[in-house]
Amino acid sequence: MTLVLEAAVLGILTGGVYALMASGLTLIFGVMRIINVGHGALVVLGAYLSFALFSSLHMDPFVSLVVTMPVMFLLGVLLQLVFIRPLKTDREALSVLVTYAIALGIEGVLGYIFTTNYVELRGWYETATFAIFGFHITWVYVFGFALCLLILGGLFLMLYRTAFGGAIRATMLNRTAAQLIGVDVDRVAAIAFGIGVATAAAGGVVFGITNAFNPGSHYDLISRLLTIIVLGGLGSLRGAIIAALLMLVTEDITQVLISPVWANFVFFVILVAILIVRPQGLYGVRVRDRI
Amino acid sequence: MSLLEINDLSKRFGGVVAVDSCSLSVPAGSITGLIGPNGSGKTTVFNLVTGFIAPDGGQVRYKARSIAGLNPDRIYGLGIGRTFQLARIFPRLTALENMLVPVRRAGLRALLSQGQWGHEKERAMEMLAFMDISQVAGTLGGALSYGQRKLLELAAVMMAGPELVLLDEPAGGVNPALLERIAERIRQLNGQGTTFLLVEHNMGFVMNLCHEVVVLHQGRAIAKGTPNEVRENPAVLDAYLGT
Amino acid sequence: MSGTPTLAIRPARATALKAFGLALLALLALLLPVVAPDPATTNMAIFTVMYVGLATSWNIMGGYTGYISLGHAAFFGFGAYSFGLMLIHFNVTPGYPPFALVPVAGLLTAVLAVGIGWIALRTRAATFVIVTIAFMFMLQLLGENLVELTGGGAGLGLPYSHDWGGDFFNIPYYYAMLALAVLALVISWWIRRSKFGLGLLAIRDDEDKALAVGVPTRGFKLTAFVISALLVGMIGAVYGYYITYLYPQFVFDPLIGISMVLMAFFGGLGTLSGPVIGALLLEPAQLEFAYRLGASKLYLVFYAAVFLIVILLLPRGIVPSVADLVRGWRRRQMGPTAGGSRKAPAASAGEEPPTPAQQGLASP
Repeated sequence: MTLVLEAAVLGILTGGVYALMASGLTLIFGVMRIINVGHGALVVLGAYLSFALFSSLHMDPFVSLVVTMPVMFLLGVLLQLVFIRPLKTDREALSVLVTYAIALGIEGVLGYIFTTNYVELRGWYETATFAIFGFHITWVYVFGFALCLLILGGLFLMLYRTAFGGAIRATMLNRTAAQLIGVDVDRVAAIAFGIGVATAAAGGVVFGITNAFNPGSHYDLISRLLTIIVLGGLGSLRGAIIAALLMLVTEDITQVLISPVWANFVFFVILVAILIVRPQGLYGVRVRDRI
Repeated sequence: MSLLEINDLSKRFGGVVAVDSCSLSVPAGSITGLIGPNGSGKTTVFNLVTGFIAPDGGQVRYKARSIAGLNPDRIYGLGIGRTFQLARIFPRLTALENMLVPVRRAGLRALLSQGQWGHEKERAMEMLAFMDISQVAGTLGGALSYGQRKLLELAAVMMAGPELVLLDEPAGGVNPALLERIAERIRQLNGQGTTFLLVEHNMGFVMNLCHEVVVLHQGRAIAKGTPNEVRENPAVLDAYLGT
Repeated sequence: MSGTPTLAIRPARATALKAFGLALLALLALLLPVVAPDPATTNMAIFTVMYVGLATSWNIMGGYTGYISLGHAAFFGFGAYSFGLMLIHFNVTPGYPPFALVPVAGLLTAVLAVGIGWIALRTRAATFVIVTIAFMFMLQLLGENLVELTGGGAGLGLPYSHDWGGDFFNIPYYYAMLALAVLALVISWWIRRSKFGLGLLAIRDDEDKALAVGVPTRGFKLTAFVISALLVGMIGAVYGYYITYLYPQFVFDPLIGISMVLMAFFGGLGTLSGPVIGALLLEPAQLEFAYRLGASKLYLVFYAAVFLIVILLLPRGIVPSVADLVRGWRRRQMGPTAGGSRKAPAASAGEEPPTPAQQGLASP
């Protein structure tokens, strides 16, 4: 039983990481109606950036965020301007291909620079644990979770308390209406994409600390992230967070109760189950385009 | 004999009651108008009847058979067609192809049929000629003018020979000459046996064309009768002019 | 398609040219192993023709209905594994007889597609893409974890004919792939000309409107999905037989899945010749890149670059863009008497700039 509880706690902690990564993904979909299939690769890129800073300057991964997040933000804005904005027609479909191409490009460059060997982010707290109620929790997971709370909290604050956040939400709800009330939707889209990528950088640090990774890791990541946002409902931030927690807790419990091998699989089983019962996900809206 | 009967139909969206115990009937062979101030629920009634939304309560009977909750394609197969407020056609198909899309009977042989679909194509060309747009048969829907699209939309809906056609603002956005043409075509089709229920704001259009008019206000039917009767009805005037 | 154009732009001449071109291509394809029998060339030919088949089959769903499946590798791999397992467990003598199992593998894949499609098509187009990806990874996981069945990560070895020595080995596989590609093309062509195909195109343009005129969208989408899966499954089976060793990550390979999509896009989504041209142009290039830069992972970068350039510069693909150019040239030839509205050439739908079906705001 304690094993299950421990798994549940771990699930919540890692769920936080995935929630952070998924939030950027669902935000991007909500604002631009595009599926950023390259999000996993951007997370991995963020991890490698921190890794490079750590290898060359011995910078602590969490500290490196001060550098990587702004850099990735700018990268995100750039990507949006160069590759996504020019898509005028068939945007939903083409953006999938474009972002996939970006992912491949990132994988290729990372593979060239860092080779395909697995690496990991390190910190002094790496294996340090503390005991609580009889089971052990590694510090690093707690730090990671705290970071996620911090950034997600910041995201919510921005969305619901600032004027710009209002502009983002308006664009998500109804792009045309937002334009009519004077929102510069193009600028909102670019900045939202930047924010999404910046959160990927943060997610990358925590992901990199708790997992060994290589350039090819983005496939695994993106399949899980996509599953999470579908479960949560495309475009819903709240949904992404809850879905991430749900998925990871279930996965970790399955890992101890059944087997690690099938833990991965359980992810998709949940997805299928939800799709049968409620195709729009937990917080998604059943959309009929126009009537 | 009423072709379409709506009893106590209700629908709410969150806190908004769009349709509130609405009852009305459409006599077979008539051209019935459905009018009312903006927001009175007219298009919602259309969507409920044609299966795009499911009602919260009440019944919709077509030829005495309940159709509430059926899917739109099923409903078209039963003989009820509709047009949309902003004329919808398939932009990447030619006008002729637009005419050939409607499916009345989804039989396997019919669907796998090849080539120019023989008599279907002939009928389509006839229909296009009837609407005076046969010259654009080979033009892509996206390249048509709005007036041409409206005519095409109606022509295509008629392809499978529906007995009841719901027209959502047929006069919307068209010039007076085209308006007259549309009215004339509706009359002719009605003469050939098609019943029409149309939502419209253009009162002149409604008064000239409709045999009967039903007035909706805040989701329920508050008056019905001939155009003249309805025009003088104080409740109707209240609804339109009141706060 | 369509009535008599009022401007006779010599359609007879165009059709004759097309027929001639097709005949030439067919002849070339049939005689290739005779003309260039070295294994390197026949290997490239096998992969190219394979992708012609894959892109065309994928197009039946993705191009005609507009529902983009990025998980078709699931069907490719499933076809390969079901073929392989049947080959082993039914003790079929290697050589020509196993090819009879290919249609069976296809049918099994079709059954899988009914299940996957029924679930995946409950969602709208954006979610559909993701669900297909999810299913592909699911199958990959199953392939890796059902070790007693599939050999897991260690792979599954298939028997092959030792009589087919040296240069000859590739030849039967080439013709098998060619046959499947032709089959896919014929089916795709036939669907396009049928009312069913018209319904699919209508779904792509405006699904709700299609419903309103009686198109059974659910059934149509599922049918297109299953047909495309069946074909892809068969191609996967021949592929498995050809490479003789199945690994989950190489048959349930997202790159295969994305390549067939890219080729269809590149050539022209929803057109008949588009996927063919896309495959003919991109696959040899892809093989070259992989050969030269495969070790250093840089080939991914080049691939990505091609991808991006194609999508940004030719968003509608080659065939529609070329068709536009030709039409513009013809109109200039005709001069000012060419007049008003644009006429659609024989292979109409999909070749005009897609006017987004966003005509105005939602009704109140």
